[in-house]
Amino acid sequence: MIVQALALTLRLAVVVSLILLVISLPLAYWLTFSRWRGKFLAEAVVSLPIVLPPTVLGFYVLVALGPMSPIGRWYQSLTGHGLAFTFTGLVIGSVIYSLPFSVQPMAASFASVDRKLLEASAILGASRWRTFWRIVLPLSFPGVLTGFVLSFAHTLGEFGVVLMIGGNIPGATQTVSILIYDQVQALNYRVANETAGLLLVLCLVLLTCLYALRRHNGWMLWDWR
Amino acid sequence: MGLALSDTQVVTAAPVLSVAIRKRFGDTAQGDFQLDVEFEAPAGITMLFGASGAGKTTILDCIAGLQTPEEGVISIGAEKLFDSAASVNLAARHRRVGYLFQTLALFPHMSVMQNIGYGLATLDAVERKNRVAETMNSFHISALASRRPGEISGGERQRVALARTLVTRPCVLLLDEPLSALDAATKAKIIGDLRAWNGSFRIPILYVTHDREEAFALGECMIVLDHGRIVAQGLPQDVLHRPELESVAQLAGFENVFDGTVIERHVEQGTMACRIAGSQVDLEVPLTRGELGHAIRVGIRAGDIMVSIVPPQGLSARNAIPGVITALEQRDVMVVAHVDCGAGFEVDLTPGAVRSLPLAVGSQVWLVIKTYSCRVLR
Repeated sequence: MIVQALALTLRLAVVVSLILLVISLPLAYWLTFSRWRGKFLAEAVVSLPIVLPPTVLGFYVLVALGPMSPIGRWYQSLTGHGLAFTFTGLVIGSVIYSLPFSVQPMAASFASVDRKLLEASAILGASRWRTFWRIVLPLSFPGVLTGFVLSFAHTLGEFGVVLMIGGNIPGATQTVSILIYDQVQALNYRVANETAGLLLVLCLVLLTCLYALRRHNGWMLWDWR
Repeated sequence: MGLALSDTQVVTAAPVLSVAIRKRFGDTAQGDFQLDVEFEAPAGITMLFGASGAGKTTILDCIAGLQTPEEGVISIGAEKLFDSAASVNLAARHRRVGYLFQTLALFPHMSVMQNIGYGLATLDAVERKNRVAETMNSFHISALASRRPGEISGGERQRVALARTLVTRPCVLLLDEPLSALDAATKAKIIGDLRAWNGSFRIPILYVTHDREEAFALGECMIVLDHGRIVAQGLPQDVLHRPELESVAQLAGFENVFDGTVIERHVEQGTMACRIAGSQVDLEVPLTRGELGHAIRVGIRAGDIMVSIVPPQGLSARNAIPGVITALEQRDVMVVAHVDCGAGFEVDLTPGAVRSLPLAVGSQVWLVIKTYSCRVLR
């Protein structure tokens, strides 16, 4: 039971953090370098999941994915079943929920790259694309790594959104945190204790590794030859 | 620099960089600031000289495409980099302008070799490697190829940055106080390399500095900038020694600047007398168009004033002004004497002169000033 929930949780965290990496790099780049006046609006929306109760977010995602919404109907017409209470639905909810934890460290580290280096790159004839891959990304690698690991760890531990969207289906949507809740409800404190301890250790190890890595100069890990 | 020439690049008649731009800054720390300049820089080194905040770096940024002027034209030969009327604004990466920042902006995560090769992305690997090796050789930095910028000295970093800029064969070179952080010996060597390189490539080089010595050592032509405007232009010697504007005088190191009134005109002698405002001191100065009673401003270099402890006689100098030393101040290897003659003067002296005369605070002295040491600033 624990193993099944743990495997599901890890699978969810890996999928979500990888998707977030792909989404967050361009999003963080845009948030950092765009000169659009309305940028603050986008910043506010991206940060929203930090302050919003997971149940609120979960509720809206549930409605948006449900059969009453265009997205839900479109998905149902493609696959024959709805998004709510499925692993895919869980991934979508988690991506939205963990987005700020991924985007913000990346945007912060992009912003801390010396602008003169970017100007030097442009003057030496490099396109923005080349400047990003050769200068911005290597020099902000610690921030990108932080965003990746934080989104992973955050997905591991999420509860409210998962409960709202995924419910509690073992093997499909029952993550570790849901399992703990379930066991406590059933007064099964021993299993709850083991599971909780496992999650605690896992998250602690992950963050310890992250901060230990960050102590070194990040770009040493990202050597371009 | 012989190696840099071995490539078969035909050096045709060097195109002229011409700049005529206007740019306004609304909310700077100094309040409203407007850059309004027009100049041409032929092949060779043109010094852009001015105090900080005069707009030197802004001009370079506009030429490089990092900032956009409100209106005007920037062109190299027939090629327009920017033309507000024709809506031309070439992206920085297409301008083929070399720009050496004051901070150098070497890429810290790349080796010296990678830094220098960065601008050669369009070349194939072999040619790129050759060009990088050749350039490192001519800038005496081959030994540093695999080091990172953080692992080499300041002078070496300067060379690497210069090499990284020049390896791309720019049409124009912009140097923003590139040598300000270096000691004199290193400076001289790098200037030598730059001169040699410029001798073979002959492109317009704009060299920003606020250092007079650098301006003298390097410049073939000089533009003096003050508050976003060009106040003087010409050979460095002419601009600095025959200043016609007060801002140039201050930049050129006139420690003594006085307001005064023309009280006599001796047209036949080519001189006039002026009374320094708020004092009884009369100075004989070269004749200018100032009429009697006109307010003028006079600049005198502290190093151009002689000090005598007896009333001077038998000298050609026309000004011998009595005064009292109020302070003696050691600055590096010289002593600055502050002398009260009714108006306050600053005089540069050697420590030896101070000892042997001897001079002390309270000493009665006469300041001896040649007429032609007094520059009338309009």
